[in-house]
Amino acid sequence: MFSNRMINILIPVLSVILGLVAGAVIMLVFGYNPLDGFAALWKGAFGDSYFFGETIRQVTPYILSGLAVAFALRSGLLNIGVEGQVFVGWLASVWIGISFELPMVVHLPLAITAAAFAGAAWGFIPGLLKAKLGVHEVIVTIMMNYIALYVSNAVIRSLLTDGADRTENIAATASLKSEWLAEMTFYSRIHYGFIIAIAMAVVMWFILNRTTKGFELRAVGFNQHASNYAGMNVGRNIITAMVISGAFAGLAGAMEGLGTFGFMSIKSGFTNIGFDGIAVALLGANTAVGVVLAAFLFGILKIGALNMPTEAGVPTELVEIIIALIIFFVASSYMIRWVLLRFKKEGK
Amino acid sequence: MEFLEVFSRILGSAVIFATPLIFTALGGVFSERSGVINIGLEGLMIMGAFVGIVFNLTFHTVFGAATPWISMLAAVIVSALFSLVHAAASITFRADQVVSGVAINFLALGIGLFLTKQWYDKGQTDFIKQPFYSSDVPVLNNIPIVGEMLFSGWYWTSYLAIAMAFAAWFVLYKTPFGLRLRSVGEHPMAADTNGIHVYRMRYIGVMISGALGGLGGSVYAMTVALNFSHGTILGQGFISLAAVIFGKWHPLGALGAAIFFGFAQSLSIVSSDIAFLEDVPSVFMLIAPYVLTILALAGFIGRAEAPKSLGEAYIKGNR
Repeated sequence: MFSNRMINILIPVLSVILGLVAGAVIMLVFGYNPLDGFAALWKGAFGDSYFFGETIRQVTPYILSGLAVAFALRSGLLNIGVEGQVFVGWLASVWIGISFELPMVVHLPLAITAAAFAGAAWGFIPGLLKAKLGVHEVIVTIMMNYIALYVSNAVIRSLLTDGADRTENIAATASLKSEWLAEMTFYSRIHYGFIIAIAMAVVMWFILNRTTKGFELRAVGFNQHASNYAGMNVGRNIITAMVISGAFAGLAGAMEGLGTFGFMSIKSGFTNIGFDGIAVALLGANTAVGVVLAAFLFGILKIGALNMPTEAGVPTELVEIIIALIIFFVASSYMIRWVLLRFKKEGK
Repeated sequence: MEFLEVFSRILGSAVIFATPLIFTALGGVFSERSGVINIGLEGLMIMGAFVGIVFNLTFHTVFGAATPWISMLAAVIVSALFSLVHAAASITFRADQVVSGVAINFLALGIGLFLTKQWYDKGQTDFIKQPFYSSDVPVLNNIPIVGEMLFSGWYWTSYLAIAMAFAAWFVLYKTPFGLRLRSVGEHPMAADTNGIHVYRMRYIGVMISGALGGLGGSVYAMTVALNFSHGTILGQGFISLAAVIFGKWHPLGALGAAIFFGFAQSLSIVSSDIAFLEDVPSVFMLIAPYVLTILALAGFIGRAEAPKSLGEAYIKGNR
């Protein structure tokens, strides 16, 4: 009744359902009507073309940060540092965006590439430490997040501006903004970055499934010792995985810098694009297609939630709880698997 | 005298910042020594801060001056219970411990902010009326120099934190319970063979980390922040985690590391008043704890050995 493949698809689906049910229960407990709540959420995400544009805008960086986490995970590495890599990518793209005057064909690709390189560099350090010294990447990437946060703030304050809280706007030639998309969606902040995000999903699929390097990366993820025995350079693969993962994350930063905002401001805390990327990757089972689908789900939840206080009186933060629970359910897949297999036994 | 004055000022503010870190890091030591990674320390602190502030706001008329202490106790209990979520997921359901910890962080912030909106109808709570106050230790504060530096103007919670570190060391290294807890983190199968309940010990380890994380969060909230909002706990949990590793998973090491990080944090704040640090951009002070942790991990400051089976779910009957 349940093949392995089917269970692998069922687990994320069931986790989402369980998460939403839990959300409904919480709404009931606090005296809200869950149907109103979810209806408001749905309207907030798809109600009119403005909301739809905003949803796509939110989905764009989620796809990229999800790809970043997923790519590293496929090589057996948990990159919690996506958050920091997003920061440096954002900073690099804006830096290029405000300091050059170039034709668009050069300027925009240059800004995007700079973001990818910055993210890659930020991923390279934990990758190198892991490969050469065996330092656990989780702790190093967490630390790198804070370094990125404070360094970006310092750069904005003292290098890019004269003590101001935000940079000036990037030149139009480096912008991903699109007049006609914005016009079509009642001036939402939707931008061309969405195309880049989808393209990167294809790139990830291609690298992992259609190239020798991708095969090696996945092999290292499955079993380092076996890969080593088969003559693969485990250390180099670890570094490659972190660098590519960081590049995806840097691009997510470019989406914010060149698309959504067009500038960067001093931040007191994280943007959560990176942390949400972990949720996206987990729910998407670390596959390119899965990540895109999961990014849509979380984008819809996040943007839709903004409509919940006005229409149903439900605090926006309910969605944070739902997302946290979905991660728990996916992570505790052993529990779901166990229940499913029990059904299977009784079904016989 | 000038130097001593400056030093005692830095020390004073360093200890204020270090106190919550000490509590939380000690919690982290217990959890990780039992073999469960706890990235969720941040979330446990958030929960502690939230409960502490809400309890304080609600009951300050009832308990008067004792309110912060009782609020602290409430935070300890609630956070210990909250950490059961992490324990259940990572021990019983064999979830990836890092992922479950990340989810704890999301969940704590989500619950805290949701309930804040629900109960106070705005993004942050009011400021509490009964925070912790600093005080002088009677008699001891009359000792010259030392009395001024260590026994005047400190918070009682700071002494509690330092005492707690020694208590944790005693429990972990001098009692049968501590030996069992450590053995479960090193070699759970061997421990199981010797009749130690691996799951039970790990649950206890995680719950202690919940209790101490809640303690740390509530102390921070009621000493420094004085209200609860999305930015009350901003990375202190992760710094505590760094202190656990920097302190090589040893309670006294964690104590030292936490005080060191407290120093680094307070330096970034008071450095503008100090002659020889005036010209160092504050960003270097801000990133110092994190850079040092990475260097420590890379082995430049002595190799850190994690408990052997840290991060691995124990599956009974597996070889």
